[in-house]
Amino acid sequence: MNKGVWFGFTIMALVVLGTFMLLPSAAQMTSGHLGLLMLSLIVVAIMLGFPTAFTLMGMGMMFAWIAYNYDINKTLDLMVQRTYGVMANDVLISIPLFVFMGYLVERANLIEKLFKSLHLAAARVPGSLAVATIVTCAIFATATGIVGAVVTLMGLLAFPAMLRAGYNTKLAAGAITAGGCLGILIPPSVMLIVYGATAGVSVVQLYAGAFFPGIMLACLYLGYVIVVAKIWPALAPPLPAADRIVPLPAVTKAISADGSGNAVTGLFSALRGQRPGVPLAGAAVNLLVSLLPAIAIALSLLVIWHYTTVPEAVQSTEGLVEMGGASNATDTQKDIGGLQEPPKDAGGLQEPPKDPQEVAADKAAADKAAAEKAATDAAAALKAKPANDAAKAAKDAAATTRLPTPTWLWVTIGVSMFLTFCFYYIFNIVRLEIFKMLLGSFFPLAVLILAVLGTIVFGWATPTEAAAIGSLGGFLLAIAYRFHNKWQSLGAGAANRMSASSASAMRDLGPILKESSFLTAKTSAMVCWLFVGSSIFSAAFALLGGQDLIEKWVLSLNMTPVQFMVLSQVIIFLLGWPLEWTEIIVIFMPIFIPLLPHFGIDPLFFGLLVALNLQTAFLSPPVAMAAFYLKGVSPPHVTLNQIFVGMMPFMAIQVVAVILLYMFPAIGLWLPQTLYK
Amino acid sequence: MQKLLLFIDKVSTWVGQAFSWLIVALTLLVSWEVISRRFFDSPHAFTFDAMIMMYGTLFMMAGAYTLSKNGHVRGDVLYGFFSPRLQAGLDLALYLLFFIPGIIALVWAGYYFAADSWAIKEHSSVTADGPPLYHFKTVIPIAGAMILLQGLVEIVRCVVCLQQGAWPSRMEDVEEVDVAKLKEMVHVKDEDIAALASIGKGAAK
Repeated sequence: MNKGVWFGFTIMALVVLGTFMLLPSAAQMTSGHLGLLMLSLIVVAIMLGFPTAFTLMGMGMMFAWIAYNYDINKTLDLMVQRTYGVMANDVLISIPLFVFMGYLVERANLIEKLFKSLHLAAARVPGSLAVATIVTCAIFATATGIVGAVVTLMGLLAFPAMLRAGYNTKLAAGAITAGGCLGILIPPSVMLIVYGATAGVSVVQLYAGAFFPGIMLACLYLGYVIVVAKIWPALAPPLPAADRIVPLPAVTKAISADGSGNAVTGLFSALRGQRPGVPLAGAAVNLLVSLLPAIAIALSLLVIWHYTTVPEAVQSTEGLVEMGGASNATDTQKDIGGLQEPPKDAGGLQEPPKDPQEVAADKAAADKAAAEKAATDAAAALKAKPANDAAKAAKDAAATTRLPTPTWLWVTIGVSMFLTFCFYYIFNIVRLEIFKMLLGSFFPLAVLILAVLGTIVFGWATPTEAAAIGSLGGFLLAIAYRFHNKWQSLGAGAANRMSASSASAMRDLGPILKESSFLTAKTSAMVCWLFVGSSIFSAAFALLGGQDLIEKWVLSLNMTPVQFMVLSQVIIFLLGWPLEWTEIIVIFMPIFIPLLPHFGIDPLFFGLLVALNLQTAFLSPPVAMAAFYLKGVSPPHVTLNQIFVGMMPFMAIQVVAVILLYMFPAIGLWLPQTLYK
Repeated sequence: MQKLLLFIDKVSTWVGQAFSWLIVALTLLVSWEVISRRFFDSPHAFTFDAMIMMYGTLFMMAGAYTLSKNGHVRGDVLYGFFSPRLQAGLDLALYLLFFIPGIIALVWAGYYFAADSWAIKEHSSVTADGPPLYHFKTVIPIAGAMILLQGLVEIVRCVVCLQQGAWPSRMEDVEEVDVAKLKEMVHVKDEDIAALASIGKGAAK
């Protein structure tokens, strides 16, 4: 046995000894002290490595029996009621559904394409491979939520690519491990559901709240990588030109051999027959693809305009249902519109960034006058009508007249038109190819995530419903990519083998569904049995009065809310080293949550801080799973220590993110407060 | 003896896998309900109860399956560094101390819990004409008994490991992170990874 094991045993013995020393003598001992003893024993028992769910269940049962004065019937009742409570829990029900969605998306097998297209799109950014790695991880991990699979896959794809490009091993390892864990924080994530179920906080609010902190953390990672690559290019050298070449298909190559010609004008002239040798159908398809961003932006603006100017008179239930259904579509459109921006940014805006605001401001000033005039006109017209007719009139008017367009919408329209113009100005043939690759890998996932998240956050669906639809979407994605890959591997002109390959793709669907459901069953059983155990355990803890004792003790310390917050976060940070997030949340959150009202802390805000804080639990040795998964697929010369060292800067960034969120709570709370006033 | 162990393993796996199809049914049920309510304006009152029952049954019945695949989360911080004999010894002690009493109590309590529910023919109170609940409550003793049986198998495994100094093998199953499969998925071969070693040496110079 090595030193580490003895060290561990010593610590455990010290914990137990220390607890016994602190306990008062047998005469003064209350059951509350027994509760504290139970808490220290459970930490030791978990360290021994027995399945935590059963440790909690067994120990909780024994202590509940003591708390009930050795009444066996009450103990049994408590156990079965608690178990049934978990079985009938309408929050935890979304766990298997989200897990199922994750496994299906993972089996869609689009990570290779995602990484390739993103690293071509980011080719000009310093540290482009690391940037692409983090973005790929963030997107893929968010959709799947499976840390192990994401880190392993990126270890197979991005790690060799980065090493070959001469990246520093530690930087590369850090980017992969840190990025792979992002899926735990960025919603839809299982961790937030477990926290919501434990703390009694709405999962919807948690999702809305965790969105921006998650994005912020990803951006901090990106910023760190870019800055490092800029200051020390030796750590992350730019890609050689040979690796940045985008292969052009025959159609677009005929338009512009080196790919630098503008895509839209080139394709237009090809369509008008000015470029011999370009097949018309191919040019038309390419033109349509290249016009997609403009169409999406126009459509989303139109839909926004429709909903901001639609008269308020339509209040019947039928109208509401329709609005809900239609606004789902709005959301998707808006998402596509919003997502069009990354390729443009990646290409680098050629205009100075100040311009759009100035132009928009000028335009806005002009429009404002017009809008105000229209508003007064409309108001006057409404007033003129007799009051008893007003309702009927308004209803009639709904079909014909519209409310005046608000100024901010004009500004938005102006800015989007300007940005669209900039986008098309730099949109050459090479960028068209990159855009097409992104369209096939990045956008489907992003749309899936944003659709699931959007419907939850805006209240159109419960998390359970959104998760079920998301699973269905994940399955469709898996089917689509299976067929796509099979057909692509055939090559052109093999129509007769098409049906054979379709049949083989269909045969793959069975195993996909089977494996995903089996894995889902195992993961859900793991999480939910843990929940059964912990709910019995925390009931026993509360029965013994351990909670009261802790509450009294904490209040006797006379801490300020800030001190309490810092202390609790430090404790959770330290617990993250030996324990996993599931154990920390289900065992320790029930202790912290009742203390929050004494200090006037919002459980939602606390949850966001904890979620961000627990990210560190994934990167802190010795139980950092991410490091072991990466080690499992890395070349032999990469040592575990190198990976651990590489993770440290990212862990520091996580601590910075926790501090940032604490200093500026609006990062997390703005969205839920705006949406659920 | 060994045959009996493997047989119980197989039963747990088979039952767990059979019940894991509930996730597909659950997905379809919820999706169908969403579409039917949103687009055809015809909600169904029983879906909420049905959803809960599917979810509860799914994870309870998969408990033994997960145990048979060693899938319940463990505190890995020290356990991973232990020798197999020490692991088996600790496991054996804790199975006897926590697992057996806890699960027996659960089965016992679950039996009477379900029996009471059967006696009054309990129905769900979520809606006016809720579906019967007694089947759902019967899941607790059944799942408990299955996991108890699987726990006994695990105890025998511990004893075998104590005698032989190595863990007896388990039946194969789908893994969350199956490296070989993932390698195939992204078309990476072992030679490619080995080839990277030369780059590492070059960089070290």
